[in-house]
Amino acid sequence: MDLQAARIALALALPFLGALGIWLSGRTPNRREAVTLSAAIALLLTVLSLLPAVLAGERPAWTFGELVPGLAIAFRVEPLGMIFALVAALLWPINSLYSIGYLRGNAEKHQTRFYIFFALALFATMGIAFADNLITLFIFYEFLTFSTYPLVTHKGNEAARTAGRVYLGILITTSIGLLLPAIIWTWSLTGTTQFREGGILGGYLDGPLLGLLLCLFMFGIGKAALMPIHRWLPAAMVAPTPVSALLHAVAVVKSGVFTVVKVLLYTFGIETLQGQSAADWLLYIASFTIVVASIVALRQDNLKRRLAYSTISQLSYVILAAAILAPLSLVGAALHIAAHACGKITLFFAAGAIHTAAHKTQVSQLRGIGWRMPWTMGAFAIGSLSMIGVPPAAGFLSKWYMLVGAFEMQQFLAVAVIILSTLLNAAYFVPIVFSAFSTPRPDDAATHGEAPLPMVIALCTTAALTLLLFLFPRIPLQLAEQMVGYAP
Amino acid sequence: MIANNLPALLVVLPLLGAPLCLLFGRSRLAWLIATLIGWLGLAISVALLLRVRDGSVLHYAFGGWAAPWGIEYVVDPLAAFVLVTVSLIGALVLPYAWRSIEREIEPEQQALFFPLLLLCLAGLLGIVITGDAFNLFVFLEISSLSAYALISLGRDRRALMASYQYLIMGTIGATFLIIGVGLLYSLTGTLNMADIAERILPLTAKNTLRTAYAFITVGLALKLAMFPLHLWLPNAYAYAPSAVSAFLVATATKVALYAMIRFIYSVFGVEFTVAQMHEDWLLIPFAAAGVLIASIVAVFQHDIKRMLAYSSVAQISYMLLGIGMFSVAGLTASLIHFLNHALIKGALFFALGAVFYRIASTDIDAMAGIARQMPWTMAAFVLGGLSLMGVPPTVGFISKWYLILAAIDKGWWLLVMLVLASSLISVIYIWRVIEAAYFKERPAAAPSVREAPLALLIPTWLLVAANLYFGVDAAHTAGLAGEIAVRLMETP
Repeated sequence: MDLQAARIALALALPFLGALGIWLSGRTPNRREAVTLSAAIALLLTVLSLLPAVLAGERPAWTFGELVPGLAIAFRVEPLGMIFALVAALLWPINSLYSIGYLRGNAEKHQTRFYIFFALALFATMGIAFADNLITLFIFYEFLTFSTYPLVTHKGNEAARTAGRVYLGILITTSIGLLLPAIIWTWSLTGTTQFREGGILGGYLDGPLLGLLLCLFMFGIGKAALMPIHRWLPAAMVAPTPVSALLHAVAVVKSGVFTVVKVLLYTFGIETLQGQSAADWLLYIASFTIVVASIVALRQDNLKRRLAYSTISQLSYVILAAAILAPLSLVGAALHIAAHACGKITLFFAAGAIHTAAHKTQVSQLRGIGWRMPWTMGAFAIGSLSMIGVPPAAGFLSKWYMLVGAFEMQQFLAVAVIILSTLLNAAYFVPIVFSAFSTPRPDDAATHGEAPLPMVIALCTTAALTLLLFLFPRIPLQLAEQMVGYAP
Repeated sequence: MIANNLPALLVVLPLLGAPLCLLFGRSRLAWLIATLIGWLGLAISVALLLRVRDGSVLHYAFGGWAAPWGIEYVVDPLAAFVLVTVSLIGALVLPYAWRSIEREIEPEQQALFFPLLLLCLAGLLGIVITGDAFNLFVFLEISSLSAYALISLGRDRRALMASYQYLIMGTIGATFLIIGVGLLYSLTGTLNMADIAERILPLTAKNTLRTAYAFITVGLALKLAMFPLHLWLPNAYAYAPSAVSAFLVATATKVALYAMIRFIYSVFGVEFTVAQMHEDWLLIPFAAAGVLIASIVAVFQHDIKRMLAYSSVAQISYMLLGIGMFSVAGLTASLIHFLNHALIKGALFFALGAVFYRIASTDIDAMAGIARQMPWTMAAFVLGGLSLMGVPPTVGFISKWYLILAAIDKGWWLLVMLVLASSLISVIYIWRVIEAAYFKERPAAAPSVREAPLALLIPTWLLVAANLYFGVDAAHTAGLAGEIAVRLMETP
């Protein structure tokens, strides 16, 4: 096992060992939180240490073992996985800081269980990011579903149980009912499930059958929340906000779209899909999801639900960008995974901060709150800009690449959808910011200030990241370009 | 000397151990002897498997009488594989039983438990190892009779009725089998299975042979609880003591299934069973119906043991599907599930037995909120349940993978959908238990209970660990199953 392989193993082992450490130190909260933070920071350093090699064109790999003859549990760090792993590893320490503030501020129960499953979810995320074949990816994909179930149902009441049923029901039905047969079909056709540049299905399938397999994959990856299998995402919003923030803005949903892009690029292959009319539907369904989810978001008064529908719409941006099948739009897709993660986690952090400090959950209650919580609402404004795609926020960059790619392929439908949804995004985010900074109602007797300090630090950091990603996009851009085969 | 007589020792040890245990009554010594024999059996089985791992076949003439006259024991890789499965479960059930039967069997009957279990084990191992058709019937009766008695030990009075029901159905099955074997003897003049296989080749057009075949398959189908001949099974497993349920669910039906594979593939041969008897037309529709219907019925059960019993009918149908495909891939899937299902259901029934030990019930309402008081037991149940659903990285996933692969290879998409649908239904019935145990409050009248004793937890968690281990490292089991499948398809 060489050094690079050891780093991959370490990146997987750290969250797992972290979970173990949290369990063992569960009786002393301070030590427990210290374990969480140190595991998170150690993971970030490990992932960063892999970066130079990947940028230099290397592809570190590690094989854990063989499941059955011919099916290996293997990992390989390619540029897209690197971006995803970086995003998750970067946001975990920040999120942990936030969680500490949130859980203590709201006096939540079962905090040890919360941190354990959180770390396990990160373990699964790392496995997904580095997976070298479909089977490894599937294993960690399922692990992620089950390890997040106790987080979604954290409150343990009737509402949480119902939401947990929807969450598990949809994710398991799609993954076992559609994704698994798709993977086995692929294996039965090609004798491999490895992710290879250019895809593995070329020459094996075409016409309607290819469309069917694509359908199995795209709807099987329920975490990507394509309509009509998006219902689990709003349902999961009963979870405590840190869960919604990291898992439903970063780890879980991004695992979905990451898998989508990976399957399109490395299982089907762009060239196999180009010119296949049976694959066109993906573009339409993604467009439909973007527009409809935005319209639904517009009508939500609950802040977290509005953010949830916004996430559904933003996820389909990534799918749309990949479905355009142009190299530049694929760069946009990869960048959007990072950009949306930073922006959306900021928004969720802000929503949680408002809930903790002011105990407010509805958009209509937020008038004038910006004057009491300037840092929170300032960060919220930056996050909103990124969602809309306005400079100087990271969302602008990814949208730019998507648009250029769409023009290149003359996909004017996609262009129209992106522009329309930009307007819709503005329509449901700008009013929140405006009313937050308008004069409070005269009968407003609120006396609260900002949320606890760790939360404010966390949300300001992610807001800053959103801006920095716009100003210094060199590393993710290089990785994304490598992914589509541009010379670095 | 001992090394040469291992095949005989495997059966003789528990057979002699049974009366010995009876002598010691309820004392701890009886348990010690039984456990020792169980572990020796496992060691012998593993030794035999290692010896035939290269594909060779061990022939052992019992009492020194050569094959056509005497009884021959034959250990080929398939037999060794099943022997290891059966004796592994036996070796885990015996230590588990000591504490478990304390609460589940009336004190004056406890002395019967270990002798009966050893007899049953001897019978099951004998069925697997023998190469003689009549001897197979004898062992089948030994195992069945002791199983009827074991089930009737349950405290619930309904156990008697369940046992009686099983006795009637099982006896019909055994009678059918012996009629079939008798017909074969009249036709070929031999009872040695290898000889029969050779001599029936020119006789395939004879109606007597077809009649014999029909009697044997239907008789075995009754014994292995093939849908719709499964009616005896849910009651028997629900009302038997937990240790008995765990043992029987993981071994008894499996061994009948093994006998079916033997007769279909080795004795009658694929050529005859498929081309002339159209066995696939019989197996596939009934198995498919069994997979779906038994899974659905399981969802509506209140008693979790009963629920798992119905789930077993569905899982047996999985194996029948694989056998009915008559392809290497299908047979491989079937054989892998053979071991895997034993591990899954063993773990689940062990966990339920631990719950029963504390709250004296396995009703879903009685189990409400139990996870907070018995976290380790319920965690084992959850992991076993995940394995049953086929979630990676558990053995259940490996089974599902091979079964679906085999169905896709055949191009049977409907079957693929059916298998997937049934695993989704299994999510529903397992999750009912998890929601009850983790989310509901303990009933107000229920006394507070402690975690189950270690004597129950350790065997349970050993099986859970096996579920995970063979789920990650399935190369050996899958490789072995694949080799056996190739051999079986090759035999004429």
